[in-house]
Formats: sequence, structure tokens, C-alpha cells
Amino acid sequence: MGTTVLEPRKKSLLDRLPVSSHIRQSVGLQRTMLLIGVVLCAVFVVAAIFAPVLAPYGYSQISDDAGSFPAQAEPGGKHLMGTTVGGYDVLSRMIWGSQTAMAVIVAAVLMSIFLGVFLGLVSGYFGGWLDRVLVVIADAIYAFPTLLVAIVMSIAINKGQSGFWGGILACGFAITAVFVPQYFRVIRAETIRLKAEPFVESAQVVGASSTRIIRRHIFANATRTLPLIFTLNASEAILTLAGLGFLGFGIEPSSAAEWGFDLNKAMSDASSGIWWTGVFPGLAIVLTVVGLTLVGESINDLNDPRLRGRKAAGAKGAPGPSTAAANAAIAADVRGL
Amino acid sequence: MTINIDSVADQSRPADQPVLEIDHLKVTFATDGGDVYAVKDVSLDVRSGEVLAIVGESGSGKTVTAKTILGLLPETATSGGAVLINGNNVISVSAAKLRQIRGRDVAMVFQEPSTALNPVFTVGWQIAEGIRAHAGGAGGKRVSARDAKARAIEALRKVGIPDPEHRVNYYPHQFSGGQKQRVVIAAALALNPGLIVADEPTTALDVTVQAEILELLRDLRDKYGTSIVLITHNMGVVADLADRVVVMYQGDVVEEAPVRVLFAEPKQDYTKKLLAAVPHLGRNSASEGLRERAHQGSPVLVEATNLTIEYPGRLGTPAFKAVDGVSFTVSPGEVFGLVGESGSGKTTIGRAIAGLNRTTGGSLKVLGYEMLNLKERTFKPLRKDIGFVFQDPAASFNPQLTIGDCVAEPMIIHTNPSPAQARKRVAELLESVQLPASYAQRYPHELSGGQRQRASLARALILNPRLLIADEPTSALDVSVQAKVLELFKEIQAEFGFAALFISHDLAVVDILSQWVGVLYKGKLVEQGIGSQVMGAPQHDYTKRLIASLPVPDPDEQARRREAHRALLAQ
Repeated sequence: MGTTVLEPRKKSLLDRLPVSSHIRQSVGLQRTMLLIGVVLCAVFVVAAIFAPVLAPYGYSQISDDAGSFPAQAEPGGKHLMGTTVGGYDVLSRMIWGSQTAMAVIVAAVLMSIFLGVFLGLVSGYFGGWLDRVLVVIADAIYAFPTLLVAIVMSIAINKGQSGFWGGILACGFAITAVFVPQYFRVIRAETIRLKAEPFVESAQVVGASSTRIIRRHIFANATRTLPLIFTLNASEAILTLAGLGFLGFGIEPSSAAEWGFDLNKAMSDASSGIWWTGVFPGLAIVLTVVGLTLVGESINDLNDPRLRGRKAAGAKGAPGPSTAAANAAIAADVRGL
Repeated sequence: MTINIDSVADQSRPADQPVLEIDHLKVTFATDGGDVYAVKDVSLDVRSGEVLAIVGESGSGKTVTAKTILGLLPETATSGGAVLINGNNVISVSAAKLRQIRGRDVAMVFQEPSTALNPVFTVGWQIAEGIRAHAGGAGGKRVSARDAKARAIEALRKVGIPDPEHRVNYYPHQFSGGQKQRVVIAAALALNPGLIVADEPTTALDVTVQAEILELLRDLRDKYGTSIVLITHNMGVVADLADRVVVMYQGDVVEEAPVRVLFAEPKQDYTKKLLAAVPHLGRNSASEGLRERAHQGSPVLVEATNLTIEYPGRLGTPAFKAVDGVSFTVSPGEVFGLVGESGSGKTTIGRAIAGLNRTTGGSLKVLGYEMLNLKERTFKPLRKDIGFVFQDPAASFNPQLTIGDCVAEPMIIHTNPSPAQARKRVAELLESVQLPASYAQRYPHELSGGQRQRASLARALILNPRLLIADEPTSALDVSVQAKVLELFKEIQAEFGFAALFISHDLAVVDILSQWVGVLYKGKLVEQGIGSQVMGAPQHDYTKRLIASLPVPDPDEQARRREAHRALLAQ
């Protein structure tokens, strides 16, 4: 079952991967946006993976060989972005925070993709009472504000506070609960559309079993929009995590660095002229979300032949008149954030 | 009514000056795969009161040419040359000027009337929209809503909508397909343009409705002197309506000639091939000389007795009877042709035999299995004896799998072969449908429509089925490709000897393949018999009407048939 009878001719790996193939086919403004997004995401991922190397201090370090760190020190000298009221190094916590954010994204998005895709395929293909029940549940979850569900889940899982893995899983589960309905809906809609396609009917006519049809014919065709939802949801996951941390349902500062928690602690600083404790974690959140959103939106535009920009026919290499101006505007926008 | 409707049309125009002149038109599209030259070098002109047909197969550039006339090309296109309408070059005029030209000097009739009309406005409003858009600007007087409506009623009357005063307030869904096309034509006529561009105006319609619309277009030309540019792939329509024909192929004009000359003595090889490929009712019939039904005597493969198939209605509405008390049999080795217009239930019957639809009454025995109480588990072993060819070759292959995998699928499911066995059998089958065995490694989108349909036939035949159901297998193909696929089907059927249920709306195609033909009308089988007898001497009124409305690709013969059709309708 499911054997590939003949080795398919494939394009090179680089041409088939979601983001790299998109960079190749994009031009002008769309390419600039996509590249900005890719660079921001790359910085985020590199910071997360190499946090132990990049960060000057640990996330919960408040002293070194030279003694305790000063509290609320201005940026400069030993602490490039200053220190917080508790004596934590802001730069270090910003870098370590990317690791927490990354772990939560991976945990949450992976869980919701698997669950959502599975439920969506089954519900869409078989229909009937199962489908109706699942749709009602998904709608019910939709009706709650995202953050409220996340808070409730976080309290239910570990009473609101916890260590590194406990905290990440709690956030992950909370975000999963919110995102599963999205994946479920997208995959279910695609499955229902594909179910009526002649190639699925032709598999039914030759007597293929339901499992075979779902696995071989529907799965690969229904999941083509996933990279798009993935990038858009990843940015939402970060915002939800930051929101949880800000409201005090996040991870203890001694267990992990978390941007939302730091923002919360920086609130009282803001009125006394201490800007660095709030601005840097905030900037980290904004830049990561902008990066992920730019990638997601660009993929969305490039996947749609009607939205995709092309080089003008005949005039080779001549960019559109507005491209340069638009690029400048985007750059200004990003800086403005 | 302060504005005289006809004043716009009577712009003094010298009799011999062409209404439309296209001079060395070039259109290029920017695509992902580089520039595509859709129209390379086209020059033509249309005189007043003339019907010019532009014919060609898909990709010939005929629709792009038509869209250029109205300046409707998408942003990705660049065009060169000149398109002159009453002295204005559509390619270079400003957007404001172009808007004035559209509707007043030239109007368009689209292929699919259901999508050309906006479902949330009344047809009267939609016709009046054009009238009001053209009044007002440039110092002209505004048209009041009442005047615009009066003119919309007038336009509806012109196109033969009964009771226009009342029906002007109807919404598009309250009209049938043919009437919707009349409304679209009425909207195009509202400002009395000198030229109408009709892009495949009858392709989405049934044959009997097509005959009415062609009649209407002919009337417009005769009564109001409107010039028509008719874009079509249907040679029968050309023979019926056109005065002059331009044949296009891959963006170039191949041949231009008056219609009688073109059909009688085509000059270019391409035109000759194209005309030879068009199926012609009554020629090349599969049942030529047959006196009684062939292939009888052995036990039948499919037997329908009073078969009824209903689709459940919505809450409060009765169920819809798609198939109503149909009885027929299909014997081994026989090709049964099922003909009918859209909504006649022909596809439903085909799907029911393949177990894709459930039957709700009567009896349908397929290979001895009663389909009324279909259980997938017990029916599955029989599925290897049934092959199915779908209408749309583009959609009937999984785009993620290679042709080889798709063709081998029935075999993998039923006989569990080794990869080497499967590969060998796929190569054999591809060979017999005249595709190179190397195509097994290609993906569906890398094949042309005709090649995909051959591969589809290979998939249906890989297990040597006793019964093949072909649902409109050639209606998505160009004529020349269709001719080859039909030829292939005929050869393979003779070679493999399977029984086939051939479903089509095209009488000429069915006649070429099937010895025994059934005619469906609104779910009822109104007539069945030997193909050449049904086509030559139809008994039932509906069959008579159906056959009379089919345009044949021969202008002189078609003119005679048209008279006969009129006489039939007058009865």
C-alpha cells in the first residue's frame, strides 16, 4: 500500500521549500517585504538557538565575579541595555526570551497542527454527527476571547505559575486550545472541497478505502496552505504568550526569561524615566511579530496568482515606478515601530 | 422619454467604412514562466451589418483578441498595433474615453450568462446601469430612473423576453439560462452599439437554447444592422450565423474567407484538418447499416427497471426527481450512448451505476448486484470490473501524484502487485492509449488535456473491466483533440471488447461511437433505438426538436435545417 510505483521527477529541494521558492518568484516590493520578514525571523531563530553563547549573562543572573549587578543601571558599560529593578541584565533577558518564545511556538503550533489537521480531515471527509459536534465545539471556542481561554487553560493546567517546562507546556496547551479550531476549520473546508473533486471520486470508483483516500489523495492537497497559517499563528502565539506573561500567568523569572513578564515589571519604571526596561522587551516582541507576519502575508500574496507581482512583459529588469518609493515607506514603517 | 433611443445609433457612418479595424495587433502576457505571446500579428476588419466569426481552438488567441476590442485586458498584458472603433484607437485612448466607447460604440456578450449578471440587482437595474452611465457626462442630459427603466423594457422586448413590463423587475435567478443570455444581450443592446462582441455566447447553453440565441443574434443583424464579432470554437455555430470567418491558430490568423468558401474549399492545411475533425451528424455513424440491436443473447451487465433517483429537497420542498422511471439494459461488448441536455439526469445514471449516487426506487442491477441496497463492503469486489472516465481531465488526477501512480492505483488496490509488475502494466496500458511509456513519470499538469484524457482511459482500463462508464469524456477537449480521442476510444473498445455507457450532450459524438442510443429528457428516457435510426428518423417530439436544433458544420445544409427547425417549431 502507498508504494511509489515510479520515482517521481522532482525539482531541486530549494525550489520546493515554502519560503525559498517564494523568494525566487517574488519581485519588487513583495520581495523586499518578504526579505525583511525572513531577516527578522532569522535573527529571532539565531538568537533563540545560540542564546547561551550570545547572551553576556544568564537569564536569572544578578551577580558575577565582580559582585552584584547594580539595580536599574542605565544602558552602557557592562550592561549594554541596562539592568532592571531586580538587577537582571536587560540584554541577556531579551536574548534568552527568544528561546522561551521559540519553545512555546514550537510546542503550541506543533500540537495544534497535528490535532487540527487530524480532526479536520476526519471531520470533513466523513461528515455526519461527528462533524457537527466538532464544528459546534470549534465555534464555541472561537466565541471566547483568545487571551481569556489561554488564562483559563493556564490556571487549569498548573495553577497559573510554574517553572520552565511546566510554564512552556502550560502556555503551549493554552495556545493549542485556541488555535486548534483554526487549523480544524481550514483543513475541514479544504477536505470538503476536495471530497467533491473528480480525482477523489475516481479513487472511490476504483474501490479505494477511506483511509487510503484521506492519506494519499486528500492530505497532501489539503495541507498546502499550512505554511501560511503557521507563520501567521506563530506571531499570534508570541502575542498570546506575552499577554499571559504580562498579566502574570507566565513563567517565573528564575525559571526562564519572558518578554511579557519583563514588560509587566517595567510598568512602574516607565513613570520614573527608566525607559530601557520596557522598550527593549517590547521591541523584541514587535520585531518578531512583524517578521513572522511579513513572511506569512508575503507567502499569502505570492501563492495567489492574482496578487503576485510580475516583471512587466517586454520591459526586462525595469522596476515599476513606485517600487523604490514604496520600499522607502516600508523601511520607515519598520523603523517607526 | 426625452431622448430618442435611435439617435445614438444613427451616427452618420459611411456605408463602406469598417465598424472595427484591427491592425497588426500584438498582445503579450507576463507570466511566471516568462512572456507569453498570446496574439502575434492579427489584422482584420468588420463591416457594418456583418457577422464576423473568429474561430480557433483553445490557446489560439481568439478571446484575447475579443477582449482587446473592449480594452478588457488584465494588467499583466501589453498590447501593440491598433484597434480602431469609429476612428478611436482603443489601445491608446484614455480611460475616460474608453469608458465612453464601451457600451455606446461596442458592447460585449459573455460566455456564462449566470456569472455575467449580478445576482443582487434586478435585470432592469443592470440594463439601466449602462444607459445612465453614458448619459450625464460630457454635457449630456441625465436620464431619470423612469426613463432608464422604460428603455430597459424596450431592450428586453427587442430580445424577445415575454411580458417585459413585468419581468424588468425580476432578479437574474428567476430566468432560465437562455433567458439570462437574452438579458445579457439586451444589456449590450441598450445603447444601440454599432458592434457587439460575443465571446462564446452559446457554449454554456443547451443545443435547443443555443438555436434560439443564434436566431436572436441573426435577427439583430437583419433588423438593426448591428455588426457582430462572434468568437467560438463550434463550427456548427459558425456555419449557422457567420458571413465571414477568420481562423486563428497560436496567435496568428491562418485563413480568412467568406463562410461558404471556407467550408467548401479551405485553403490552409490547418483549416482543412480542423474542419475534418468536426463531428458531423449522420456521417461516420457507428450503427451504419445496423437493422437490429447487436450483442444480444448473453446475460446483460446493467439492467435498469423503472429506475428512480431522487435528491432530497430542502425543508418543506418536495424531493427532486433527477431520474424518473428509466428502464434500459447494457449488454457485454455493446456501446450504449446516453444523450440529453443539462439536467436530464444522464450523469446521475452514470454515477449511480458506479455507486457514487444512491438509487431511491425501481431496480438497478450492475453485474448482477442490486444497487438499491448498496453496501460499499459487498460492492467493492465488483468495482474492479467497472472503469470510469470523468469529464474534466484536469481535475480527475491527483496533482500530487505522477501519472504512473494514478494509472496504477486501481491495480494496487485490487491485486496488490509488486512495483515491477505495476510498472510493466502501466507501460503496456500507456502504450495502448498511444502515450509514450516515459509519461508515467510526469505529473498531470505536465500533460495536455488530450493526453490526460488518454491517461484517464488507461487508468479505467488497467484491470480489464467488463464495463466502462464515460461521462462526457471529450466535452472539455478541442475538436481536433476530441477527434483523436474518439478514434482511440473506438479502437480500444474493439480491441478490449468491454461494454460502455457513453454519456454525452453531443449527438454527433454519440452517433460516432454508439450502436444503441437512449435520449433522456427531464429524467425520462423518451426514446431509445439504433443510433442511426434515432438520429435519422426520430419518433419523439423532443428528439425531433433536439436533432433539428443541432447546427451542422456546413452553411448550405445548415440553412436548410434552419428552415426545417422553424417549421417544426411553428407546428
